[in-house]
Amino acid sequence: MVTATTPIKAESRDLNFYYSNGTRALKGISMPLYENKITALIGPSGCGKSTFLRCFNRMHDLYPGNKYDGQIVMHPDNTNVLAHGVDPIEVRMRISMVFQKPNPFPKSIYENVAYGLRVRGEKNKRNIDDKVEEALKGAALWEEAKNRLHDLAFNLSGGQQQRLCIARALATDPEIMLFDEPTSALDPIATANIEELMSELRNKLTILVVTHNMQQAARVSDYTAYMYLGELIEYGDTDMIFTRPTRKETEDYITGKFG
Amino acid sequence: MATQVLQNPLELPISARLAKNLKRNFVERVIEFMLMLAALSAVATTLAIVFVLIYESFAFFEHVSIVAFLTDTQWTPLFEDAHYGIMPLVAGTLTTSIIALLVAVPIGTIGAIYLSEFASHKTREIVKPILELLVGVPTVVFGYFALLFVTPMLQKIFPGLPSFNMLGPGIVMGIMIIPYISSVAEDAMRAVPMSMREGSYAMGATRFQTAIRVVTPAATSGIVAAYILGISRAVGETMVVAIAAGQQPNLTFDPMESAATITAYIVQVAMGDLPHGSIGYQSIFAAGLVLMIMTLVFNILGHLTRKKFREAY
Repeated sequence: MVTATTPIKAESRDLNFYYSNGTRALKGISMPLYENKITALIGPSGCGKSTFLRCFNRMHDLYPGNKYDGQIVMHPDNTNVLAHGVDPIEVRMRISMVFQKPNPFPKSIYENVAYGLRVRGEKNKRNIDDKVEEALKGAALWEEAKNRLHDLAFNLSGGQQQRLCIARALATDPEIMLFDEPTSALDPIATANIEELMSELRNKLTILVVTHNMQQAARVSDYTAYMYLGELIEYGDTDMIFTRPTRKETEDYITGKFG
Repeated sequence: MATQVLQNPLELPISARLAKNLKRNFVERVIEFMLMLAALSAVATTLAIVFVLIYESFAFFEHVSIVAFLTDTQWTPLFEDAHYGIMPLVAGTLTTSIIALLVAVPIGTIGAIYLSEFASHKTREIVKPILELLVGVPTVVFGYFALLFVTPMLQKIFPGLPSFNMLGPGIVMGIMIIPYISSVAEDAMRAVPMSMREGSYAMGATRFQTAIRVVTPAATSGIVAAYILGISRAVGETMVVAIAAGQQPNLTFDPMESAATITAYIVQVAMGDLPHGSIGYQSIFAAGLVLMIMTLVFNILGHLTRKKFREAY
């Protein structure tokens, strides 16, 4: 249940999003992300859940013609990250992202994790060493990687690569981490590892995760939002959404009658 | 057979339906053979060229020792006092090629990065065809451009520069090679998956950081391929150097002097009326063999570098 004492880390307010071809992919979405909680976005393909997630770190800015309308406010400083005066690069330094397919860079394991620090201009080798170790430990990859830090990242297995991408995102101490279907390219064991990792990361940061897998949402998240055709149909405590949904559409989707 | 075709195939017994279709097999075989012939024609031509080069060079090396060929500092096969040292021609070839690459590699690479990572769709649509037009300009035109435009301009900067020199044609050859390098390198960069760029942007990297730190290393193998193509073009280029570098074999690496390259020598001698089988005639093939070995060495080096940098993504 949503308790009054849990602080809100970020919230979207009446968020609409238009792709460059004019498609309105999000329709007036308002929902909170509670601090140190995992919020899951579920819904059938094309419902806008990834589009919504990618608004948080302004990934849509990479492609010309996309348009946001509405607000995503980050607390405690009340910044609207979608405002014109806000630099998307600054936003991405506070909100990091893990992608559907592991996308390590063609560099060593060490350099992959150090990347965020290097683009921020960090030069001190000892600082970078410490941060890389801390991030790899945080992503439960340190034991496997510590003796091969200078190996090419592509030599890791798929699950290890995804944990490397999490370490990369962790190294810069973000406040929010976005996961865009982080396990859809992984086998069940690697998936379990990532889910466990997400549960641990919750102590450090706030997580928003898009998933196709309803069991996953039920397993890892504290809050769940069900989206359909660009609209937020229902948002609530994960237990409630999966046991006593108030909307018929949510129930149909969760019970597999639809989707 | 003909009646069988008209019959409903499902009415045939299973064994007849599964039997080998002889006609289809035969047609497949014929097509396969014709495709193989097409592929072989290129291989056969290459082998024939190699054979002729080696065969005629053998005749040449019956008169000239390989040691003299490699160590003599003069190349004067058509003079009374004939010397057969290939090094002056190799020096000319290397000097002009290095100048060309010093021009083409940086500009071509930067151009590729710009076109692939920075230019808008519209800009790319305009710039690319113009660059590719440069490929279509006959090399004779570039030769006279070097001789009559670039060299006089250079002479204003370096007053002592002779009319025939290696600097001018080297630079022009570099300009000529830019589109080859930028086009192949750009293709390699655009083949880098968008997900890798997004990963970099999501870390708060700028466009330039993404281009230099992620896209370029990911495309290294293709970029090296572009450089190899550029080197092969430079080493094999004939008309520009034959027209603007002078045709005096000269053992020097000084770009301010005139010199002849291997290709320039070949075209110079081949245009004259050398009797078939004379030593001068055979020297063309020996020079050609050296040229081929040089190109081969560069290709092998490039191949090894590519393998070393090959990134699977």
